[in-house]
Amino acid sequence: MNQETPAESSAPLEVHDVSVAYHKKLVLYGVDLSVPTGRLVGIIGPNGAGKSTLIKAIMGIMPLSSGWVKIFGKPYAKNCHRVGYVPQRESVDWDFPVNVMDVVLMGRYGHMGLGRRPSAGDRDIARACLEKVNMLPFAQRQIGNLSGGQQQRVFLARALAQESDLYLMDEPFVGVDAATEAAIITLLRDLKENGKTVLVVHHDLATAREYFDMLMLLNMRLLAFGPTEEVFTPENLQNTYGGRLNILSEVVQIVGETKL
Amino acid sequence: MKGVARSNKAWPLLAFLGWFCFAPMAQAARISDITEADLLERTLRFFSFTDPSLRYALAGSMLLGVACGLMGTFLVVRKLALMSDALSHAVLPGVAIGFLWSMTKNPLAIFIGATVAGLLGAATAQAITSTTKHKEDAALGFVLAGFFAVGVCLLTMIQNLPGGNKSGLDKFMFGQAAAMGREDVLLLAGVVLVCAAAIGIFYKEFLVTSFDPAFARSSGLKVQIFHYALILMLAFAIVASLQAVGVVLVAAMLVIPASAAFLLTDRLPAMLALAAVFGMLSGALGSFFSFVGRNLPTGPVMVLTASAVFALALFLAPRHGILAKWWRHRMRTRRVQRENTLKAVYRVLEDEGFRSESVSLRELAEHRRETLESSEAAIKTLEHHGFATREGADFTLTPPGWKRACEIVRNHRLWELYLNHAANIPADHVHDEAEEIEHILGEENVRQLEKRLNYARRDPHGKLIPGLEDIHGAGARFLSGNAVGFGPPRP
Repeated sequence: MNQETPAESSAPLEVHDVSVAYHKKLVLYGVDLSVPTGRLVGIIGPNGAGKSTLIKAIMGIMPLSSGWVKIFGKPYAKNCHRVGYVPQRESVDWDFPVNVMDVVLMGRYGHMGLGRRPSAGDRDIARACLEKVNMLPFAQRQIGNLSGGQQQRVFLARALAQESDLYLMDEPFVGVDAATEAAIITLLRDLKENGKTVLVVHHDLATAREYFDMLMLLNMRLLAFGPTEEVFTPENLQNTYGGRLNILSEVVQIVGETKL
Repeated sequence: MKGVARSNKAWPLLAFLGWFCFAPMAQAARISDITEADLLERTLRFFSFTDPSLRYALAGSMLLGVACGLMGTFLVVRKLALMSDALSHAVLPGVAIGFLWSMTKNPLAIFIGATVAGLLGAATAQAITSTTKHKEDAALGFVLAGFFAVGVCLLTMIQNLPGGNKSGLDKFMFGQAAAMGREDVLLLAGVVLVCAAAIGIFYKEFLVTSFDPAFARSSGLKVQIFHYALILMLAFAIVASLQAVGVVLVAAMLVIPASAAFLLTDRLPAMLALAAVFGMLSGALGSFFSFVGRNLPTGPVMVLTASAVFALALFLAPRHGILAKWWRHRMRTRRVQRENTLKAVYRVLEDEGFRSESVSLRELAEHRRETLESSEAAIKTLEHHGFATREGADFTLTPPGWKRACEIVRNHRLWELYLNHAANIPADHVHDEAEEIEHILGEENVRQLEKRLNYARRDPHGKLIPGLEDIHGAGARFLSGNAVGFGPPRP
């Protein structure tokens, strides 16, 4: 308990000068940002801008070439139980022999010890989370027998079951029906109301302004970050989507190759 | 117990008599010596379990089936099946070096040598994928062939050493359950124990790292450790199984029982259990046939048994099986045919302005441009399902038949209207698609469509769309607009 007292005073997420290379090719270059508590943040940028890479780098799923990340003032490994993650839906094999309940219970694993079994309490939490996304009737369903929207709800329920303070979501709106999209956005706003911080990788500019109260414009570099009304300007969007940083990306690639 | 087992095993034995004719060429001379009486004698001897070497062979084969089934399950769900092949071939140089180390066929020395070689192979593959642009398939292919070649060379060298041709190492290629001793069985028991305990204790970790490694890492798990633990246990299972199955075919014992189990269940614990049982069964039958067939190599026989189990699962699995899929398809086709007949009857009634409630076979046949015989067959199916009653050449739809007919016509016309209005598809292009959609639309979709189309009553061709009242209420009365029709009289 007392280890969380100093953490409350630090930002949920602090990223300092983070660069990430993938197969020697630089994907993110010197990203600096600090996300305040209780915000709903959209990460926006064109394809290949490094949006997913950024959140994977934050969680240590991808190694950093430089820089550091702090979660509530501590390195990720120390505070991973305070982070919930929704990966891209295509990242897993939906034929895997698990049912909906099995997947949602995975959200509780971070709170159990190694080799421990989910308790009745964990099951209650998982059921409550399924209820929140209206998926409780499907608890015993094999995950491959669900629609795209339902699969996304399962992933969301799993993240909710993590009972975290910071949520990182990778394209939760891709391939879902309108009802699911509305349900997800309501859920995200609820999380925000409860003081959680939510980062969402989003690809749809049309809805970005409506959904998020802060925006991060990303295209290899962090081009803008701030309240939506300040960031969502034609100039910023032009910078992000229009002129790719061609010279920069070419030069850093050459630098990366000469290093090895 | 013994008697029951014997009678159960009697008929596959007879079936296998024929199969023996096609046994490997090298064995042909020996097998032709075996008379039927001899074979039965051997069967009796097998089930008396008096032979100690037989007991070891049987126990060992069953244990290896369990070990391979458990580890194979993780390989299959992680899509690492090729890994088992590479690893099993990569252990061969280790077998030879283990032998050279002790100069006897000491199971422990061979186990250690083979495990080290297997892990070296896995590490080589890993190094190739992470430092070059080659993907895993090429890396595994290289490791498989390269290590195997080294192993074959070493084994040949050993064969040429003084006394080397009696080493029994040649049995490691295709396996010989009968050559298993007490130590081999104890080793296998140890491996099964280690694998089962590790999976039992760290079940949830193995589950989440297999299903969603990125998520597992994000929640603080060391994914690599569990991956390497699985590879290590896999190497244990392979090496301990070599004596019975052989290097060449041990991969099949890992992949086939697990694949059969995958067809039969959607839960990992059930899949583990089924794969272990299938592996055990294949092991037992493999050692049995290897015993009664004298020097028949155990590996191929075990793999054939496992393949038979797989084939059965492939055909008979309740959800993913070929038979089940074929049956579902057949049921759907029949339902569509019935519904098309109902729709045709509706159309005939509609063309007559709903003046009568019965239709003659001839009218139906003319409408559908088919023979009287086809129409009669179609009506018989309707009768069979309680959708129609027949009197001579005329027939009448029952209330459930009328309801379903209205629903299908409504679905068809609603979908045509929807395509025409909402998707701007010309009215003469919408019929064919509606022919398919009409059978699929659920009540929920229909409600949405009706709302979207402002509860329109006429389709793009000007025909009336049957509404709820027509389906649940008085029937044709509303559609015809005059008093002649069927259904209960209106007050």
